[in-house]
Amino acid sequence: MKIRLVLLAALLTAGSAFAASEADYKAAYAAAEAANKEAGALRNQWTTTASTLAAAKKAADAGDFDKATAAAKEAEALAKASIFQATSEKTLWKDLEIR
Amino acid sequence: MMKLGSAIRLGFCALALAALAFALPAIAADKVDPVADAKAFKKFFYDKFPKLKPEDFVNGPYSMDEGLHKQWVEKEQFPPYEFAVEAGKEMFTKPFKNGKTYEDCFPNKGIGIRQNYPYFDEKEGKVITLELALNRCREANGEAPYSYVKDEMASLTAYMAYTSRGKPMDIKIPDDPRALAAYEQGKEYFYSRRGQLNFSCATCHVQSPGERVRTEVLAPALGIVNAMPIYRSEWSGMGTTSRRFVTCNSQVRGVPFNPQDDEYRNVEYYLSYVANGLPISGPGARP
Repeated sequence: MKIRLVLLAALLTAGSAFAASEADYKAAYAAAEAANKEAGALRNQWTTTASTLAAAKKAADAGDFDKATAAAKEAEALAKASIFQATSEKTLWKDLEIR
Repeated sequence: MMKLGSAIRLGFCALALAALAFALPAIAADKVDPVADAKAFKKFFYDKFPKLKPEDFVNGPYSMDEGLHKQWVEKEQFPPYEFAVEAGKEMFTKPFKNGKTYEDCFPNKGIGIRQNYPYFDEKEGKVITLELALNRCREANGEAPYSYVKDEMASLTAYMAYTSRGKPMDIKIPDDPRALAAYEQGKEYFYSRRGQLNFSCATCHVQSPGERVRTEVLAPALGIVNAMPIYRSEWSGMGTTSRRFVTCNSQVRGVPFNPQDDEYRNVEYYLSYVANGLPISGPGARP
């Protein structure tokens, strides 16, 4: 039983230690770009999304796909947050209005 | 049986009437009413700063802080925007290559008219700002447009504002649903949070005027456009209304639009309308 548990733990930790590939980076970057494009259509892009995308590309150009993939995922999260903001503000802005 | 049917129909009618009675105030509340907006907007600021006179608001942070007010009085002895006014005056009267001047593009030869901008052009169905009108004048006379954010554009608008100093802002909203829509979109823009910092224009200029953001004292939204264009020490130069909007967006980590995109034109329309009656104080100087 103990051996099985140790093996399972080893497998789980090994899973997270796999290095990101160029394909992982490209998929993450494409997803981030698509989300940022959607934010652009809503007229609500964030400067930090653009700079994080640029950082991802720079890391990929240097061959560091771990760093590049992490940055691309962060950019996607930022873009999705800007989409959420644009969508929710369609009604929330009225709460701030002076009446 | 008939009686029961009548009673049901009557009940439905009563319910429908009750629903309508509840719905009417909701519709009225959402109706675009610029007059009521401007009244409420002014009241908010007059109540928040009871010691200030209405005309003090056009001096932005200088009316919010005694130390800054003293600095402003001293600055006005040798105002940093003076060079821009002089340059603007020279440019304004200098003929284009075709012999015409800016004077030919504006009512009253462009003198003392700043308070009427932006206006809603019913032919085009859009808001026309002073900066846009100036570049359109250039293009109509075969000249290349200027950058909307500084230098020549700031000088031209500085001169035009200077000739209008003290005149009350006088923005009209014609009886045109497109004009009301532009006004409402400008209002929505003003109150909508944007950028990673999740700030709206109102976060700083309604909720926190007089407070500090780092070393800067935030200006009240009321009368903020009356002082445009401005010399900002932070910019080491003059900047237009467009520059102010673009910079505000960047500061909250939002990607700014192009100067004179609809959003900026509409928010200028909204802010100018709610400042109706307050004097033009531009060009201004800010820390």
